[in-house]
Amino acid sequence: MAEPWEDDEVDGPVRKFMYVNRRAPYGTIYALESLEVVLIAAAFEQDVSLVFMDDGVYQIKKEQNTDAIGVKNFSPTYRALEGYDVEKLYVEKESLESRGLTTDDLIVPVQVVENDQLAELMEEQEVILSF
Amino acid sequence: MPMLHTVNKSPFERRTLDTALRHAVKGAAILLIEDGVYAAFDGTVVADKVKAALSDHKIYVLGPDVSARGMSEHHVIDGINVVDYGGFVDLVTEYDKVQSWL
Amino acid sequence: MPIEVNGKSLEVDEEGYLADLNQWEPEVATIMAREDGTELNENHWEVINFLREYYEEYQIAPAVRVLTKAIGKKLGKDKGNSKYLYELFPYGPAKQACKYAGLPKPTGCV
Repeated sequence: MAEPWEDDEVDGPVRKFMYVNRRAPYGTIYALESLEVVLIAAAFEQDVSLVFMDDGVYQIKKEQNTDAIGVKNFSPTYRALEGYDVEKLYVEKESLESRGLTTDDLIVPVQVVENDQLAELMEEQEVILSF
Repeated sequence: MPMLHTVNKSPFERRTLDTALRHAVKGAAILLIEDGVYAAFDGTVVADKVKAALSDHKIYVLGPDVSARGMSEHHVIDGINVVDYGGFVDLVTEYDKVQSWL
Repeated sequence: MPIEVNGKSLEVDEEGYLADLNQWEPEVATIMAREDGTELNENHWEVINFLREYYEEYQIAPAVRVLTKAIGKKLGKDKGNSKYLYELFPYGPAKQACKYAGLPKPTGCV
C-alpha cells in the first residue's frame, strides 16, 4: 500500500531511460539541458539512469565556482537527484582515469564501470538520450 | 612579439590545441580559455604533450575558467601561468596579434 | 507588472515569479499571498522557508513529489502529504509556494 505522502504517483508505464553525458559543463549548453530533461523525466517517475563519460565526467567535479564567469553553477543540482529517486549514476572508468580524476573528486556517489559493462547497461535500456 | 593563440576547446574532444600548437612558431604564446583550460591540468593523458610544448611556448590559462570547472592552481601544470581577465587583456596588447582557434 | 514591496519596485515575470531571487524578503511572500487572497500563517512559512533552504542547497525548485517527500522527512508525515500542502497552497504547492519564496517555477511540475 502506498504511504500517504506518496499519493502523487503518476500512472502509466515506467520505462528505462538512460541519459549519456559526454560534454564538459560550461563551454556548451549540453550539460545543463541534459540535467533539466533528467529532472523532468524523474518528476514523472521513470526509471532513470545517468552516465558520465568522456568530458561529461567534469560535470560532477567538486568545488566548481562560477562567480567570476557570470554563469550559474548548476553542479549542486546533481546532489538533488537522490531526492528524485535518481540513484543510478555511472561513470566510465577510462574517462575518469584519463583525466587524472578519482571518485573523491566527484560531488555525488557514483558507480564506476568499465566500457563493456557500460555497453551492456546501454543494451538494457528502452530509451537512450545522448548529450 | 609573435602571436598569441587562444584555444577554447577541450583537448579530449577536439584537435584544436594540436592544430594551434602545429601552427605556432617558437616564441608564440598559447592562452587556454573556456573548455580549453582542461589541457592545463596535470595527471591527464594530454599533460605530457602540453609540458613538451612549454619548451617552445609560454602557456597561460584563464583563472576564472579554471575555478568554474572545480579546479585550482595546484592542478595546473608547473610552468603554465594562471591569469585573470586583466592578464588576458595585457596579453592581447603585449603580443602583435591574436589568433582565436575555435 | 512589477510588485511594490517596502517602497521598492520588484520585477516579476508574466506568471508573477520574482525575476531576481536575491531581491526576496519575507514581505514579498506576504504581498503576493495577499494578492491571492491569503494571509500567510506559520504553516505557510514553514513550507516557504523550507523551499528557500532547498534552493540554497540544490539551486533548483523541487518538483511537487520531491517537495512532499522532503517535507515529510523534515516536518513529519502529517505534513508530508499532498492534501495538507494543497490546503495550504490551493494553486499547487510547489508552484504557488515557490512563487511566494521568490524561486523560479519548478521544472515540469504542479
